Amino acid sequence: MTQPRSARQIRDEVAAGRLSAVDACEAALERIARIDPALGAFQTVTRDRALDRARLLDRDRSALAALPLAGVPIALKDNLCARGVATTAGSRVLDGYKPPYDATVVARLERAGAVVVGKTRCDEFAMGSSTENSAYGPVKNPWALDRIPGGSSGGSAAAVAAGMVPVALGSDTGGSIRQPAALCGVTGLKPTWGRVSRYGLIAFASSLDQIGPIARTVEDAALVLHAIAGPDPCDATAAEVPVADYAAALDGDNALQRTSIAIPRRLLDDGVDEGVRQAFDRAVEALASRGAKIVDVELPHSRHAIAVYYLIATAEASSNLARYDGVRYGVRAPLDAADTLATMYERTRQAGFGPEVKRRILLGTYVLSAGYYDAYYLKAQQVRTLIRQDFERALASADVVALPTSPTPAFRFGERTADPLKMYLADVFTVSAPLAGLPAISVPCGFADRLPVGLQFVGRPFDEATVFRVAHAYERGTDWWKAVPPDPGVSG
Amino acid sequence: MPFTREDVEAVASLARLALTPEEKELFARQLADILRYADEVLAIDTSGVPPTAQALAVPPPLREDERRPSLSRAEALAAAPDPALETGFYRVPRVIG
Repeated sequence: MTQPRSARQIRDEVAAGRLSAVDACEAALERIARIDPALGAFQTVTRDRALDRARLLDRDRSALAALPLAGVPIALKDNLCARGVATTAGSRVLDGYKPPYDATVVARLERAGAVVVGKTRCDEFAMGSSTENSAYGPVKNPWALDRIPGGSSGGSAAAVAAGMVPVALGSDTGGSIRQPAALCGVTGLKPTWGRVSRYGLIAFASSLDQIGPIARTVEDAALVLHAIAGPDPCDATAAEVPVADYAAALDGDNALQRTSIAIPRRLLDDGVDEGVRQAFDRAVEALASRGAKIVDVELPHSRHAIAVYYLIATAEASSNLARYDGVRYGVRAPLDAADTLATMYERTRQAGFGPEVKRRILLGTYVLSAGYYDAYYLKAQQVRTLIRQDFERALASADVVALPTSPTPAFRFGERTADPLKMYLADVFTVSAPLAGLPAISVPCGFADRLPVGLQFVGRPFDEATVFRVAHAYERGTDWWKAVPPDPGVSG
Repeated sequence: MPFTREDVEAVASLARLALTPEEKELFARQLADILRYADEVLAIDTSGVPPTAQALAVPPPLREDERRPSLSRAEALAAAPDPALETGFYRVPRVIG
């Protein structure tokens, strides 16, 4: 594959009249049709809806030229609602569900001129780190077809990495944007909690969930965040905090001259793959050599972040997933005439949910139940405060904290499915940012055994601008982001 | 902390989730592993530490509570597995004899 066009390049060509929105859309649809059968990134391709939308945009060329994402093909994780488009969240219980409304992010992307070409596969209800928990089949990592793409936004990351779309939306609760972006060699941003409206995002853990972009460049991620961020009457947690023109504020290497970057060395002592460690250390050296001030920092409570995360996220999930009861939407299990309402609930949920979702509902119900609430849930919320305070201290003196995104590169299918705890540890470096509510980005920083490795920057609340500037400065000094995987089915 | 098959049954009942015997065995074992791992959190001194329910420091915006256009009843019922379109209700198995 040659270097695919960025969202920015497509937008500029469409705005200049050198490319039509329909041609940009058809190119994306053609590539999806050609290579996605070998990858499985897409759950649904919205061909007709996309071409209708592109034709509409092309009808008013002068209006189109002013749009920040004019004619840019984009994919949505399949837990984001688009009116009339099948939305499964990777679950059998939502088989055939077509939402009667658009998520706020979808409406905003379309208003900005983007064209939704499809929905991407994800772990069921975004619960997973490998996309193996999708009820509809696996997504393959474009860099190694025998390996997982990460999760839960694995389809979105694979679609961008394989050049099917320049940008896609994912959602991140414990790392579900950043970890698949890292494992597929692309860029992914989890915004500050409250930066982007969650209206129309199928809820997993509401105090952690956040929608964000996956892209090939930091600039493209910045363009997309600008289009989707800001307050929303439909989501009271979408904060009234000014949204900057993130892409316009990027200034390459200059950002590093006045930036201090904190490294939590002790947190990286154990469990980090040697190739990941080497790529991370080289990235830190590169940042230092180009003017960044590197400081050590302690995040003593982050080593408990996985335990805290899985207590809090499952508790919230057990509550959020109570709505799948076979009454208002989705699938109802077949019943006999004598069956009761309770039987309907129990059988619908038994048939509709996969094993990981059942496990998390059970765990979450347990930690919220009488006698265990204080011991587990309240305790986890208190340690969440300590994790947050560690980051507040670190970010009082440093502009960003840098970490590897994932402790290992992409693993093989089936390698961790038998041991849920082993799977959970894939999120060890990503869960802290959502627990603290902070923005975090993953950018490509090298390869380990020919598999992509991601570098993560965590920033201050609502300071995505700094996170983008530092990530962009790093990106511009490297070539990692330019690497493209071979087309599947093509040798070499 | 041990997590028994009976614990799984009790929690599954609260969660309105039917499980096969195999699932009960599997989840009892796996949840015991996960809770054993999570026990490290229980030992942390959190006296005087307030809980974090959500991380947002900005107060949520408020608006007037006024009538606005919304989905029609037919649109809201359209995704239901067993809608009673003529009366505008969701139909479920009989609850009261």
